[in-house]
Amino acid sequence: MSCYESHQSQKSTKEVSLALSKYGVQEKGMSKILMVSPEKCIGCRSCELICSFVKTNEFNPKNAAVTVLAYDEAAIAVPMMCMQCENPSCMKVCPVGAIEFKTTGAVVINEDKCIGCKMCLSACPLGNIVFDAGNRKMVKCDLCGGVPKCAYICPSGTIEYKEATSTNLNKKKLIAEKFKEVFGEVQ
Amino acid sequence: MFGWMGTILRVNLTDGTIKKEPLNKNDACPYLGARGLGTKIMMDEVDPQVDPLSPENKLIFMTGPLTGTAAACPGRYEVISKAPLTGSIGASNSGGHFGPELKYAGYDGIIFEGKAEKPVYLSINNDEVSLKSAVSLWGKTVFETTDELLKATSEDARVTCIGPAGEKLVKFATVMNDKHRAAGRSGLGAVMGSKNLKAVVVRGTKSIQVANPEEFIKACWDARRKLKAHPVTGTGLGAYGTEILVNILNQSGALPTRNWQESSFEHADETSGETLAAKYLVRNKGCFGCSIGCGRVTRIPDGPFKGFGEGPEYEAGWSLGADCGVRDLAAICKANFICNELGFDPITMGSTIACAMEMYEKGILAKEELGRDLNFGDAEGIVEFTRLTGLREGFGDKMAEGSFRLASMYGHPELSMTVKKQEMPAYDGRGVQGMGLEYATSNRGGCHVRGYLTSPEILGIPQKLDPLVTTDKAMWLKIFQDLTAVVDSANICLFSTFAIGLPEISSMLRTALGWDCTDEEILKIGERIWNLEKLFNLKAGFTKADDRLPDRLLKEQVKKGPAKGKVVELDVMLTEYYALRGWDTEGIPTDEKLKELSL
Repeated sequence: MSCYESHQSQKSTKEVSLALSKYGVQEKGMSKILMVSPEKCIGCRSCELICSFVKTNEFNPKNAAVTVLAYDEAAIAVPMMCMQCENPSCMKVCPVGAIEFKTTGAVVINEDKCIGCKMCLSACPLGNIVFDAGNRKMVKCDLCGGVPKCAYICPSGTIEYKEATSTNLNKKKLIAEKFKEVFGEVQ
Repeated sequence: MFGWMGTILRVNLTDGTIKKEPLNKNDACPYLGARGLGTKIMMDEVDPQVDPLSPENKLIFMTGPLTGTAAACPGRYEVISKAPLTGSIGASNSGGHFGPELKYAGYDGIIFEGKAEKPVYLSINNDEVSLKSAVSLWGKTVFETTDELLKATSEDARVTCIGPAGEKLVKFATVMNDKHRAAGRSGLGAVMGSKNLKAVVVRGTKSIQVANPEEFIKACWDARRKLKAHPVTGTGLGAYGTEILVNILNQSGALPTRNWQESSFEHADETSGETLAAKYLVRNKGCFGCSIGCGRVTRIPDGPFKGFGEGPEYEAGWSLGADCGVRDLAAICKANFICNELGFDPITMGSTIACAMEMYEKGILAKEELGRDLNFGDAEGIVEFTRLTGLREGFGDKMAEGSFRLASMYGHPELSMTVKKQEMPAYDGRGVQGMGLEYATSNRGGCHVRGYLTSPEILGIPQKLDPLVTTDKAMWLKIFQDLTAVVDSANICLFSTFAIGLPEISSMLRTALGWDCTDEEILKIGERIWNLEKLFNLKAGFTKADDRLPDRLLKEQVKKGPAKGKVVELDVMLTEYYALRGWDTEGIPTDEKLKELSL
């Protein structure tokens, strides 16, 4: 069952990449990072839709590795997703060493090793790991293997996947730290 | 099940029972969902002659097979009922996040029957569905109600509700969701109020599956890419919202002004989308899964019209602006905020005030009765009467009946700019002939979004048509109306059709539902829905005499501008339209046509 699902999921990811490549956006690079500019966000949650689809082959924002938090009165929406920490709590807490660094810069859960204990979910200070109850598996941003679909579907340029220069890396860290301040659970 | 969730909730408000019924695929396949499926259920279960505000009328919330998927602009749901303003079939859709959330809870739609003894709201958390007391919420505004219900349930839930206007049965009350989005036209909020149903709160965590995920996502990418690349959906609507049309229509000499006495407004630019963006726009906002982002979050920082909210849309801004001769954009925004907060339709509101303004200036309405002056251009007047109408206070009680009933009370129905008692919005049919035909034939009365011929006639999409001639307008309108019925029933945003058409929509539907059918067969579904709505209206008592425009459009020539000297040449277009539809000369579908459509 899970083997079949995993196969389906891989197939769909590949297909999506293929679809994307037609429009000349398929790129890979070790130094690229996901940059979030909440001031541009229109709150449409297209990133949640595409993420849940790539991860589960179904549409369900609750199973997405990205969540858009909207504040009506403040007129702002903030997409929250894994920041691929340099020193990840999830990796440290994992009892079976299932969380690994990839060459894309992504911190990825190895499904073959994962025992589903959900410790990583508790450990993430940003709350960016999700448990998909339907498919009984952890969902975490893996940068889609270097082609993050959220960045490509985002209509407003809020989520971008680009070269990590020292300037934007600083900005990213600044944002990440703010999130950590506001939403942090585990220090 | 693919696309659809497979379950419909049936809530009997009279006895408080809630049933979960399997979606009837024999209805869902030929009518898709949302507007089509809702109309089919109304036709099967409700006598078209029923009093819209009686317990015997039903109120249906329905999503479509593309709602909540990655399709282009999939954030909508449709409210269907017999409409209090018109007495016709009523179907209004709304964006935001409520529709998708209802599907994630596992339901394609909800059918409300009967009438609750005391105010109630429906609470849905996946499989747990219950009716709860809304006595403490009765009388509260849309914003207050939404905030309290989110606090009482979950911050992640989605709320749709009525405001005081719906409770007080304002004939053009709206059903409001996510605070600022409205199922806006024909008074469906009053039906909700008549049933003592204050709100629906929904929280869902289930998944939507599609039949062929790989092909479906390709079709979605294709559609979204086209939306992004198109100047209207990729740039214009995001930057300026629908209000970008103010200057365009004004330059075309088709911006109805001062209750349609004129067709251009000398202060149009002061009320335009460009001015709104420069002065009051905080940011633009998208509905669920939307790549256009036409929503306006606006703030009037200070002054007498200080306020915060969303909008106005073009047609709302027009009715409260040019139609009332008002040039103060802050006042227009404020009146629009009040409409959202109290829950009623700004298009009918502004048009009704415009009608009252003309009656006042012509001496038909006295100052004593109004409680004040009400001349064209009165910015404070539109704000004050908007508030009074939403609460049914003072003269607002009469305005709450809409312009047709108001003007008729004083013996001057000809001053009401309505078709089937519903106010026509923002496009002067004398300068955009196809829109004249659209108003006359729309199944829910004066309405621009059943067959939006402004697109070809003014914007040149998909190709430019001369707006001043009648040639081919009937043919274009039939295609637009049928396609719009498909769009509303698949349940994606109509604005997507500036950039995509039948081929893209059909391929999203086919791959979502696992269908093997042609584009033409899908368009046929639209035609079937259109004819079903027509049959409902015929049974409700409508005749050819109702497919008519106000005399002002048929007899009074445009005084100046590009459309100078024009009236709507309705007769010639209507005859052609009936023939193309396969209807007889009285506008009744022939037996052959009904057989062809399996009706």
